[in-house]
Amino acid sequence: MSTSDDNAKQISPEAAGDDAAASSSEIKNKEQGNGFGGPVTLFFILGFAVSLILGWVIAPEMLYSQKKQPIDYNHALHVAEVGDGCESCHFFRADGTFSGVPKLELCVDCHEEVQGEDPNEIKFVEEYVVKEREVPWLIYSKQPDCVFFSHAAHIKGAQMDCVTCHGHIGESETSRVYEENRITGYSRDIWGKNIAGFKKNSWDRMKMDDCAECHQKEFTVQRTDVKTPINRLLDNFIAVSFPGMEAPAGIGDSVQTQRDACFVCHK
Amino acid sequence: MKIGRRSFLSFLIGGAAGTALSPMPLKLTDDSAIWTQMWPWTPVPEDGEISHVNSTCTLCPGHCGITVCKINDRAIKIEGMKGHPVNDGGICLLGVSGLQLLYGPTRVQTPLKRVGARGSGRWEKISWEAAVSEVVKQLGDLRAEGKSHSVGLITGSDRGTVPQLFARFMTAYGSNNVMRTPSMRDSYELTLQRMHGTRALPGFDFENADFILSFGSGIIDGWGSPVRMFKAFSGWRSNHGKVVQIEPRLSRTAAKSDRWIPVKPGTEGVLALGLAHVIIKEALYSSDFIDNYSVGFEDLQRLVLDKYSPDNVAAITAIDQKDIVTLARDFAAASKPLAICGRGRGSVSGSLDEFMAVHALNALVGNINKKGGVRAVSEIDYINWPEVQMDAVAAAGMQHERLDGAGSKNHPDTRSLLNRLPAAISSKEESSLQALLVTGANPLYTMPGSTAVKKAMAGIPFVVSFSSYMDETAQNADLILPNHTYLERFEDVPTPFGLQQPVTSLARPAVEPQFNTQHVGDVVIRIAKALGGSIAGAFPWEGYQTCLKETLGNKWETLMTKGFRLDDNDRAFAGQMTFDTPSGKFEFANKETGRMPQFSPIKIEGDEKLYPLVLVPYDSFRLAGGYIGTPPFAVKTVEDTVLKGKDVFVELNPETARALRLREGQHAILSTPRGQAKVKVHWFDGIRPGVVALPRGLGHTAYDKYLAEKGVNFNELIGPVEDPGTGCDAAWGIMAKLSKA
Repeated sequence: MSTSDDNAKQISPEAAGDDAAASSSEIKNKEQGNGFGGPVTLFFILGFAVSLILGWVIAPEMLYSQKKQPIDYNHALHVAEVGDGCESCHFFRADGTFSGVPKLELCVDCHEEVQGEDPNEIKFVEEYVVKEREVPWLIYSKQPDCVFFSHAAHIKGAQMDCVTCHGHIGESETSRVYEENRITGYSRDIWGKNIAGFKKNSWDRMKMDDCAECHQKEFTVQRTDVKTPINRLLDNFIAVSFPGMEAPAGIGDSVQTQRDACFVCHK
Repeated sequence: MKIGRRSFLSFLIGGAAGTALSPMPLKLTDDSAIWTQMWPWTPVPEDGEISHVNSTCTLCPGHCGITVCKINDRAIKIEGMKGHPVNDGGICLLGVSGLQLLYGPTRVQTPLKRVGARGSGRWEKISWEAAVSEVVKQLGDLRAEGKSHSVGLITGSDRGTVPQLFARFMTAYGSNNVMRTPSMRDSYELTLQRMHGTRALPGFDFENADFILSFGSGIIDGWGSPVRMFKAFSGWRSNHGKVVQIEPRLSRTAAKSDRWIPVKPGTEGVLALGLAHVIIKEALYSSDFIDNYSVGFEDLQRLVLDKYSPDNVAAITAIDQKDIVTLARDFAAASKPLAICGRGRGSVSGSLDEFMAVHALNALVGNINKKGGVRAVSEIDYINWPEVQMDAVAAAGMQHERLDGAGSKNHPDTRSLLNRLPAAISSKEESSLQALLVTGANPLYTMPGSTAVKKAMAGIPFVVSFSSYMDETAQNADLILPNHTYLERFEDVPTPFGLQQPVTSLARPAVEPQFNTQHVGDVVIRIAKALGGSIAGAFPWEGYQTCLKETLGNKWETLMTKGFRLDDNDRAFAGQMTFDTPSGKFEFANKETGRMPQFSPIKIEGDEKLYPLVLVPYDSFRLAGGYIGTPPFAVKTVEDTVLKGKDVFVELNPETARALRLREGQHAILSTPRGQAKVKVHWFDGIRPGVVALPRGLGHTAYDKYLAEKGVNFNELIGPVEDPGTGCDAAWGIMAKLSKA
């Protein structure tokens, strides 16, 4: 493919010294629209627009595969039936660990036989209860294994509500589609539905920054005492020379939380 | 409109700008970072409910109580069981690494039949039906030919229901060639039989003793019940108990003891008699015990006063005369002194004379059947099966002499002489053993003279291994019928060696069987039933678990809930001064022989002129020496001065090393009359000049890559030396030489 520029170069040696030819070449260039508002700009805008659509709409769609839960589960129905709210099924074990998604054993307490006419329940009993197979639930909130997370510390210790992180899943009547990241294998819920990472509710997204958001809010005044001798020296220097100025973070401080070291959460 | 180069570039730049303003670069960077955490080979620990199973560790004769921690169905950690009478919450390196034996690559996963040459490692996977019927066919044919006595059995132990089921099978089948793996138990049992009148295990009340005189016993190197010994050792440290370690090498035990007496190797028994000399001569003995509860003191007195005066003993043992006298006085002055023997971990039967000489010291100070003393601990008698009804073939088979000569005229009290088996097999043109069953043992590795053992085994037409692991013996078998590992099976576990109170423990499955293995007890019953007739009749049980439950009777419930059970019928430890000897007293000298056995030291193999050095083995906690291969966790803890890469180090006194012109870390050839091996030299001040020490537990050809082909198997360099009294192997070393490689 030859561009107008090339043509101009090819022309110019032949027309060396010919001013008219040179100026006609400039005119030609202008005519061809090499300035603003011409095809170049158009292509720029085109490329810009295509990549934006690709980046904001198409790629995010392609990045996630859509999966259906093995059983369409009705949380609202179950919550109404059980006595203890979320903890009826998602309970803490005697040793303080969190049970997460219940095992078949718990479901069998009620569903040893089919109770209603819901095809989902019939499927559940026939496919899983009778065959004693665990249901391969897809877990929307499953975090990478490299993170320590203690439910007990948040629910029992900090008295947080399930909804704060998990949203109003307890009121859902059907199981929504599980979107799995084709690269990482994790649920879309972690990054959030909004591909730009914006969120309206605290449960819309659960990346490290979202943990940090809360932790930073709660603990801005606290600082770790773990500091290197150099840091301590610096602290003293600042305290003496610039009274009132805040000392820099110590080595234990995380950029995200301004508190604790990486290994507090990361294995 | 023509699309020119500029337009195209412009398009690309626009695209780049748009991409930069889209969330994808950040998103994909983040995703690829997470992707790296999701690689399939990244281990992800199981998440789920934590549970605990109480069981018993049977990896060594220590028999500790263990608590296996599980998440869902996966065992994730083994801990010591709190409150268990043996280890009370403690655990050793081998025990804690046990999960690697369960989940590791050395398991035999399904019955295997050899297809290539022996030891070539070519196997065919077969079904359990095919495996059992193969054994039944071979054993059935031999029996039909009237050769039932040519079948042999090697077991790890002869106590508990599993070994007893095997023994019962052999009786019903018609062979008395049942042999157990040798250990110091052999000599201790005979010592107690002679002196206490009871064939029993010794029970030492270490926890209440205050002076331990150890004749080479590796108290914290795996002797007895290792975790218990560790705890007792710590107890002495904090309660001002004294430990004196007598051995030619500064072992870990010697290094941590109050005094180390670097005796000339092999003369420990002489030193014991020398100490007896001082105690008797200076009248430091307990006259209460000697006068009221013992006979034969005069014989001992005559023997030691005649021959074992401190100056004589000093000349033999190379220990200063003054030290001998002081040591004897200290020992006798202690309120609860205990003398123990069995070198290292006690994996060699040893010399009966030596054991009796050491045990006589306990009697001289009267520390028998007392708190802080030693006693005979009888077996808890719960296996009361009806006697086997033998048919004519079995009765005829049982009439044959044992191949190893145990129980014969020369060695009437000895029950098993596995050390003699290779010679017995190889001495004839046609192997006197036509079939060999091996369970809970790895004789090809653990027996001294392992090269000869391998040769003998090659002559046996049919070898069956019941091993859970692909060990050396399994590698050279014709058929492997893999047992569940100890974490997958039920088994009763008898009192461990050295414990002063009889206890029965229960090993039970912590996890479901991981592979297509079967409980060896079930397999024996199955084989017996398939052989039919009176053999099947001797096994009325449906399977092993029924047998175990019936056998344990009312003990079963306690064992299932508590994991162990102390014996109610046990005679009170303190005060009871009754002995089952003909005289009813402790016998220094045996009534039948009429005198204290004339002490005769064991002469080791090798000509001093050709082999000027003495090679001795040593044991450590970090390497398992028995039929269990050391798991990778433990191999990792072996020091660089013991094993580096594939090279093992021999310890050599710098004085000897200089004379031999061998530098630290230099390669050398270690040769003995039995074989030779390439080793590296480690200069070590803690070993007597003229002595070379090599660790046990290395030089495996089997097991995983973390253990196999590393170092040298000590058993390839040594052969058995018979104790004249018992016929057992009493070789404590072998003459050797070191030359530059």
